[in-house]
Amino acid sequence: MTAELFVWWMLALVAIASAVMVIAAKNPVHSVLFLILCFFNAAGMFVLIGAEFLAMILVVVYVGAVAVLFLFVVMMLDINFVRLREGFLNYLPVGALVGIVLLAELVLVGTSWALREPSPVLATVEGLDNTRALGSFLYTEHFVVFQIAGLILLVAIIGAIALTLRQRVAVKRQDIARQVHRRPAETVTLVRVETGKGV
Amino acid sequence: MPALDLVPLLPEVVLAVAALVLLLLGAASERRTRTSETSGEAAAIVTPLVVAALLVAAVLAAVLDKTPGLVLGGHFRFDGFAAVLKVLVLVAAAASLLLVSSYQEDERIDRFEFPLLALFSAIGMSLMVSAESLLGLYMALELQSLPLYVMAAFQRDRLRASEAGLKYFVLGALASGMLLYGCSLVYGFAGTLAFSELAAQFGPGAPQGMPIGVLVGLVFVIAGLAFKLAAVPFHMWTPDVYEGAPTSTTAFLAAAPKLAALGLAVRLLSGPFADWAPQWQQVIVLLAVASMLLGAFAGLVQTNIKRLMAYSGIANIGFALVGVAAGTNEGIEAALVYMIIYIVMVLGAFGCILAMRREGRYVEEIAELAGLSQRRPLMAAALALLMFSLAGIPPLAGFFGKYFVFLAAVRADLVWLAVLGLLASVVAAYYYLRIVKLIYFDPAAEPFEPPAAPGLQIVTALSVVFVLGFVVVPGPVFAAARLAAAALAR
Repeated sequence: MTAELFVWWMLALVAIASAVMVIAAKNPVHSVLFLILCFFNAAGMFVLIGAEFLAMILVVVYVGAVAVLFLFVVMMLDINFVRLREGFLNYLPVGALVGIVLLAELVLVGTSWALREPSPVLATVEGLDNTRALGSFLYTEHFVVFQIAGLILLVAIIGAIALTLRQRVAVKRQDIARQVHRRPAETVTLVRVETGKGV
Repeated sequence: MPALDLVPLLPEVVLAVAALVLLLLGAASERRTRTSETSGEAAAIVTPLVVAALLVAAVLAAVLDKTPGLVLGGHFRFDGFAAVLKVLVLVAAAASLLLVSSYQEDERIDRFEFPLLALFSAIGMSLMVSAESLLGLYMALELQSLPLYVMAAFQRDRLRASEAGLKYFVLGALASGMLLYGCSLVYGFAGTLAFSELAAQFGPGAPQGMPIGVLVGLVFVIAGLAFKLAAVPFHMWTPDVYEGAPTSTTAFLAAAPKLAALGLAVRLLSGPFADWAPQWQQVIVLLAVASMLLGAFAGLVQTNIKRLMAYSGIANIGFALVGVAAGTNEGIEAALVYMIIYIVMVLGAFGCILAMRREGRYVEEIAELAGLSQRRPLMAAALALLMFSLAGIPPLAGFFGKYFVFLAAVRADLVWLAVLGLLASVVAAYYYLRIVKLIYFDPAAEPFEPPAAPGLQIVTALSVVFVLGFVVVPGPVFAAARLAAAALAR
């Protein structure tokens, strides 16, 4: 129990520290990297409280896709982020005040949640990890809606292609078959250049 | 206890399978033939097949057993209401595709993705009218909206089209956000997403009263739906999108999606929240009044015929909402009759707009119609009849739509609403009649090119026949609306 608690606190502290670094780091690329660290720690905390599906999704979706996308965007944008953030720490007192209020509220919510009567709604099925439970719910009761979500994603793909793909006619393309079939006789011509005259 | 299976969803399953197959077919034939930006051959193969799939699904929806049945998971429901509206939206979607294929070719945007996106949108509409839970409602609405955003920006080399697509997308996302927020509030306070359980919780003799949170959530949901309906004050996107988007998209947008959105609103309001009629009635009355008045007055100063159709659409949604606001079964029936007549008229009107082609390009100014009767008497007569019908002049179909909606309002003790509606329709009659005056009494402008496409001519002709013949054979429309409304009555 104590080991688990130790890990929990370590993950939590690193998550908070990296979250602070996300907004404090001067270099936006570092910010995104700290964001990824924060996601990983949050995923670890999810595992510890038994929500392994959420942890997996957090890593796969947020780290694997969203954060990497952020990283690309940040690296491609040529914006002087350092200038944008000048004088940012001047707002610290006000920000801290808001933060303390939010924290106090969170503590209130947390304690009331901890002291609540056990709710019948949250009953879990014995012997079923939550990935399996979610899956069995999603693929049975919500099967039709799940398929519609798939159709919506397909429409998004078709729409993106229809609106952006341009078949350029005049562009020269590499045609490997033609390249392979070329013979020196058809392509190379020997020109005898007289000295001092050029071609 | 209704059976839980996938059979009630058969039309959508057929459409989805067709969409996937046609996507592959389009991609394969596109790659082989493509030499320039668009060659149009893939679209020429895919479009008729999409229309055929839509019609097959409509027939399936019509012949399926109409005893109420829940789909696996209970997110969708098939009943008389769903069947009638599915047939209507699918046929309307197919008709708009027939209308627009020649425009797509002429504007060099006849890529095969366009009919496919329309097909996906039609799947969404078809699901919308049978939504039976908040989750199903939201997913169907997104599947309907997302292709429309892309279709609005389909003419990607034109700045106006890109602007229209972006505006539609951003405001649509905002509306989806509001709708979702409302759904989350309802779910949070009621603890369930299913319409039947919501009805059980808030119906007559329910143990609890109405939590204020559910009411606030319901208002947000109505706001989100009002955006899809283009009802004032959520109409801001409409004129710009109608004008900026390619006319093919506008013609699609103006017909089927409106009917689907109204069907969804009616299903939501008369299903789980039927006993709260006094609460949501105020909101709907406000939407109806604002839409009728703004649509009537703002339309007066328009010079672009697509913008005019946008304001006309706003006003007409207002009239349909008068029927919904009555809160009675008769009101729902009247609103459905109104919408059926309206989408037939709007398809015909867009048929005429899509025939306004001169010297190889399409014109959109109302003034270009001047003296049409001398050059093209048939098209002039068709457009004039449709305008008379939109203005609500007896004995054309548009008159009966308005009559029954106002009758329902009067019977529900909303006399003032009916009077306001009458006044608004008198104001709106000005801009419809102005077009008739331009066509018949003004000096002739340059002639339009004769429309080559048979699809366009057939759809326009059918629309005119409907407008003229409704007074003789009104039975089928009323029977359909009665069947639909009866399925909602509890």
